[in-house]
Amino acid sequence: MSSEKKYWKSEEELKENSPIVSSLEQNEFVEHIPADEFLGDKNKLENSSTSRRDFLKYVGFSTAAASLAACEGPVIKSIPYVVQPERLVPGVADYYASTIADGFDFASVLVKTREGRPIKIETNKEAGVMSAGKARIHASVLSLYDVKRLQNPTIGGQPTTWSAFDDAIKVKMEKLGDKPVVFLTQTLASPSTKKLINKFVEQYPNTKHVVYDAVSESAALDAFQQKYGFRALPNYDFSKAETIVSVGADFLGDWQGGSFDSGYSQSRVPKDGKMSKHVQFEANMTLSGANSDTRIAAKPSVQKHVLVELYNQIVGKVGNTNLNEKQAKAVASAAQQLKQAGSKGVVLCGINEVEAQMMAMEINETLNSSLVDVQNPRMIRQGNDQKVASLVKDMNAGKIGGLMMVGVNPAYSLPNADTFKTGLEKVDLVVDFAMKADETAMLSEFVAATPHYLESWGDVQFTKKNFSLVQPTIKPVFNTRQFQDCLLKWTGSNENYYEYLKSSFSEDFPDNSWNRTLHDGFFTANVNEVVSESEDDEDEIEVASFNASQAANSLLKANEGLELTLYTKTGLGDGQQANNPWLQEFPDPITRTSWDNYLTISKADAERLELENRNVANGALDGSYAKVTVNGVTLEKVPVYIQPGQAVGSVGLAVGYGRTEAIQDEMQVGINAYPLYQNFKAVQQVEIEKVSGNHEFACVQLHNTMMGRRDIIKETSLEIFNTKDKDVWNKIPEVSLDHQETAVDNPDVDLWDEFDRSIGHHFNLSIDLNACTGCGACVIACHSENNVPVVGKEEVRKSRDMHWLRIDRYYSSEDTLNEDYDKKNNIQGLGSALSEFAELENPAEESVEVVFQPVMCQHCNHAPCETVCPVAASAHGRQGQNHMTYNRCVGTRYCANNCPYKVRRFNWFKYNQNDEFDYHMNNDLGRMVLNPDVTVRARGVMEKCSMCIQMTQKTILDAKREGREIKDGEFQTACSNACDNGAIVFGDINDEESVVYQKTQEDRKYHLLEYLGTKPNVLYQTKVRNTTEA
Amino acid sequence: MKKVLFRPSQLKLFLFIFTLMFSVSIFAQDAEESDTSESEVEEVVPGADPAQGKELFNSLCAACHKPYKKAVGPALHGVLDKYDGDFEWLYKWIKNNRELIDAGESRAVAIYEEYNKSAMPAFPQLSNEDIDNILAYVEQPKPEPKAKVAGGEGGGDGQQAGGGLSTEIVLGILAFVLLMLVVILYLVNKTLRRFAEANGVAIYTSSREKRKPIWVAFAENQFLVFVLAVFVLLGVAYGGYGYLMQVGVDQGYEPLQPIHYSHKIHAGENEIECKYCHSSARVSKHSGIPSLNVCMNCHKQIAEVSEETGNDEYSKEFYDKEIQKLYDATGWDPSTQSYTGETKPVKWVRIHNLPDFAYFNHAQHVSVGQIECQTCHGPVEEMEIMYQHSSLTMGWCINCHRETNVKTEDNDYYKKIHDQLKEKYGVDKFTAADMGGLECGKCHY
Repeated sequence: MSSEKKYWKSEEELKENSPIVSSLEQNEFVEHIPADEFLGDKNKLENSSTSRRDFLKYVGFSTAAASLAACEGPVIKSIPYVVQPERLVPGVADYYASTIADGFDFASVLVKTREGRPIKIETNKEAGVMSAGKARIHASVLSLYDVKRLQNPTIGGQPTTWSAFDDAIKVKMEKLGDKPVVFLTQTLASPSTKKLINKFVEQYPNTKHVVYDAVSESAALDAFQQKYGFRALPNYDFSKAETIVSVGADFLGDWQGGSFDSGYSQSRVPKDGKMSKHVQFEANMTLSGANSDTRIAAKPSVQKHVLVELYNQIVGKVGNTNLNEKQAKAVASAAQQLKQAGSKGVVLCGINEVEAQMMAMEINETLNSSLVDVQNPRMIRQGNDQKVASLVKDMNAGKIGGLMMVGVNPAYSLPNADTFKTGLEKVDLVVDFAMKADETAMLSEFVAATPHYLESWGDVQFTKKNFSLVQPTIKPVFNTRQFQDCLLKWTGSNENYYEYLKSSFSEDFPDNSWNRTLHDGFFTANVNEVVSESEDDEDEIEVASFNASQAANSLLKANEGLELTLYTKTGLGDGQQANNPWLQEFPDPITRTSWDNYLTISKADAERLELENRNVANGALDGSYAKVTVNGVTLEKVPVYIQPGQAVGSVGLAVGYGRTEAIQDEMQVGINAYPLYQNFKAVQQVEIEKVSGNHEFACVQLHNTMMGRRDIIKETSLEIFNTKDKDVWNKIPEVSLDHQETAVDNPDVDLWDEFDRSIGHHFNLSIDLNACTGCGACVIACHSENNVPVVGKEEVRKSRDMHWLRIDRYYSSEDTLNEDYDKKNNIQGLGSALSEFAELENPAEESVEVVFQPVMCQHCNHAPCETVCPVAASAHGRQGQNHMTYNRCVGTRYCANNCPYKVRRFNWFKYNQNDEFDYHMNNDLGRMVLNPDVTVRARGVMEKCSMCIQMTQKTILDAKREGREIKDGEFQTACSNACDNGAIVFGDINDEESVVYQKTQEDRKYHLLEYLGTKPNVLYQTKVRNTTEA
Repeated sequence: MKKVLFRPSQLKLFLFIFTLMFSVSIFAQDAEESDTSESEVEEVVPGADPAQGKELFNSLCAACHKPYKKAVGPALHGVLDKYDGDFEWLYKWIKNNRELIDAGESRAVAIYEEYNKSAMPAFPQLSNEDIDNILAYVEQPKPEPKAKVAGGEGGGDGQQAGGGLSTEIVLGILAFVLLMLVVILYLVNKTLRRFAEANGVAIYTSSREKRKPIWVAFAENQFLVFVLAVFVLLGVAYGGYGYLMQVGVDQGYEPLQPIHYSHKIHAGENEIECKYCHSSARVSKHSGIPSLNVCMNCHKQIAEVSEETGNDEYSKEFYDKEIQKLYDATGWDPSTQSYTGETKPVKWVRIHNLPDFAYFNHAQHVSVGQIECQTCHGPVEEMEIMYQHSSLTMGWCINCHRETNVKTEDNDYYKKIHDQLKEKYGVDKFTAADMGGLECGKCHY
């Protein structure tokens, strides 16, 4: 049945008698084709002696000649080292332990290098504290090969040499006189750099150091300082948690530096009938909310009430709160469970106000929570908002002589960037230590080109006791110099930073061997050894007493208007890596939208404001624009995304987008939301107004959908999991065999004979839906390992994204999915299907539940794709992998059509060395990141997850060479290696000792779309929510 | 009759040309053999035997010393003059130089300092007579380099130039002969016609009545045309297929390299193990083109090839020049025995090229499969210039995988698999194909 619905691309089409629309309907091309121009003089053309036939002959001949000439093979040169470095073997990867510390992301990492160039970031699993796991950290290797990097130091925009640069600075410094010099740095968390700055201060006593975090945690730092006397953040270990109550804290995202996932996931997997309970009160839908057992949508002002009410119930009554029935009930139940959990419960607070942070700490103290660690607190956020604000004021007053900025971009990320810019003009000496000619560098007279962290030395203090070393893994690609080296030069030292770091290390930690630490990448110091406490300890420390009722009074304010919560996206974070195509194309785990930021709004508010989202015929998403005004600052055209689960009365907007300097045109997307981040408060009063226009999102949520089919997500409650039989909550589907319902895993229902896979290896991949937080590290790791191309916003919108591994996000609002199935079964026609599916995706309620499901090729033992390939390019291996032979593929796409999981990706274009796709594969620098062991696919072939066969083959080869058996854990794929949550486990099921074999024996195990009988080699573990209701 | 008159002149011409050609080549051979000069042996050390000395020198001293050139240690020719014939001192020095240095003997300390305090091993096993023999050998006057008659300076180039010259002469002569033949034939024809005319013989062109030409008859026979068309098409298809199948197959590819490296000398005559230079073949997917520091492990000592190494095609001078190229590339200065630090990487031409979509790993075949390098690369030890021996096509790979048994012996990795297979199928040997060596995804990913 054909649809009677009207589809439209633009609002314009809805107007009657629109001249634009009618003319567009008539004309194939928008403008008249200037045929006369390119055909030239008509007379000449007609009198030409070259007839059409002759022309075709010439074309034919030259084509034939060109193709014959192309058969000649090229001469390939091969240039070995003159002196090959010892231990470096071409073709064998070396791993180095290092650390990323860019002021926003901090993590111990392992760097995989091939022939001396870093090609992949992996988790330093031994480090324990702050080990990598985030998409941004895995993607940071590509930022090393960013074409927009500064290649030389510059003075006044002109490239210069370092010696000229040093001399010019020296001259300028001498002229400054009494005027103070200020270092405005990111959070460095580096003991040796702090010493160097102090050394500089000794020489130039008029120097101050201000730490600036683009995304501030100042309130939490202030609260900690008030209570414990120095600036740090409490550390949390969720691995033993029983109850976690979070009020507005996205601790699975970037809250207080993040990296809490792996401990959290440990507590989330049911063990002996027990798992942690997670209650989340929040306004935006965040990763933490998506993973919680109970999520209560609460706009920021309500969150404060929630926190005070928790305080009332746990510590003692301090104020009268005003919550609706549902919220009150949820708070009461949360408080009850916290009390029950006692020392294994914890309250987290994301409200960026000192009073709120103090209250949360008080509650945790009352609970005597063992999950909070204040003895070994985090040092990775040091920013001080007040000092930054007063610095900008002083600059405008002309009081600042010199400003040296390190790793920060205040001209972009400061809310009052314009004031900063005018202030900058009044500073005599402006030096910017930057990797790129960004917004700030463009305004700075002196720009010192700094190296990427993979080219640098350094040390990082994650927590008071946990340290980590940064070591270079490649010689600096450009003429760059580290900030620390500059400091040493300018203080007249002959040492380089490496020597300084080494001696500083052995001075501070005489018990630790330098070589050993460098090899491991990290070390834990004795408390006695730790000297420096924080970067910002020049203030006198006052431990203030806390007045709870006063705090409660300041928090308990009713708020009627719309409240905006600014947040950081999983992909871009604070926006430092905005020129990284992997991160731009990474679909946000919640909204499944790439290449954009947008205003997230609840359906109720959207309807009130007449804001719309709609899906066009091919499944792509369109949205309205809104004008967003905060305190007089207006963003004109912000696209609107209707977010299920968004608290009514609240909206959300991500910072980190809208950069324009040192960013390739393709990656200049989104809107800069930092101007709304006034007074460094993430929550703002906001006014929203609809403006005309239609925004085209690159949203993949309706792409490759398996919606409406059963057995995609299996979910149950802890109660049912504990009390009922497996068949109740994880029944193996049945199919009809001779009119008898028979379980689908019965060999009799197979159409095919089973291969014999009992000998050798048989690989399986297990994905635990309970442990997966949706962080997306696996997606980027897969990109990096398998040379997955970036296709750009337009192509993603057309459902042509190339992700081999996607993380599907499913919402559900009903208690069971059965109503969804009924709804789906009643769908008639395409138009109806699209709107109904959209309904399934977008339930009206605030209270939605979310499940993340990573989906890659399922490597079916009875693969539907293999039987339809006309050229046998898709074939099965006896180790369980479904092989994809690119050189054999002719691009019929039958396989993709026949794949029930929609995991096959077609190369519509040549994505490398093609100016139409000007991403990293289009320049020599960016191509350095390619994995030499994996083919770069050509246009017109199908590709898909290979279960990282290059990695399993390497493991097998190593074992064969060394003549030994393979131990469990040696087999890895890029995704399982990147997952420190333990959600993705890979291994050989013919080895009955292996973890993955245990996983195949678990009750929670199921296969995706099991009733199809495809017998996948990827298995999932049923999601269990810690709730009592079904 | 007249014809008989013509023949001798032709024969004479041929005979003349033949004799000319032979005489040229005979003369050339004579010239090459003519020079074999024996150098006179001078009695520098009375009563000593230079032949025995040479043997001792080669076994004990040659690692560090050369008779006429500085190596790790000084050149030994002239050592008697240097130390004024002080045999006693030399005996002491050679038997145990450390003693002399420790004693602070001035000459010993001087030479020790000159060579950056690199110690010479002691040779207490040598008798005074042995040392006399060695000295007798090294004090022989430097033999004059053999003068080459043909070619002169550049051995290879000269040879090639000589060859080119002679062929040109031969071709020229042949062309002349052909021209002469044409002229003679024309003259004969003309004379015969004149005879015929004189004898009144009528010359007719075509006596028979006009028949249908055979090609017209053929063209009118549709069956024949059809059959021919089928064969032509089959031929074209066969030829076309053959042509397309060899596209990208570079079997026999033998490019000229920037440095003439002879596998024949290294792997063949000197029997250097392949994996000494191509060490990464053991552990890596690449066999690796050896970095130049590997060459210098030996070539620090070997600045020139021996007299016997030079051959007809490539002279000793030619090889020595190639070694000089290596020194230029690595920045090695043989006169000071040190690196200048200026390096010029060598751009070798890669011979074995697999397409990017095919994954091949040397370690798997060399270390695990224990396959001889020659199985795929051919008789490398006989190759003066390296060439691609095998076709490197997929069919070639697959055939070997089908035929080659997996080396499971003494490899714990295979132990379990081997036992299981033995139990299940009762086989003791299995091929790479049996282990999944024919699966697409094992080499294409």
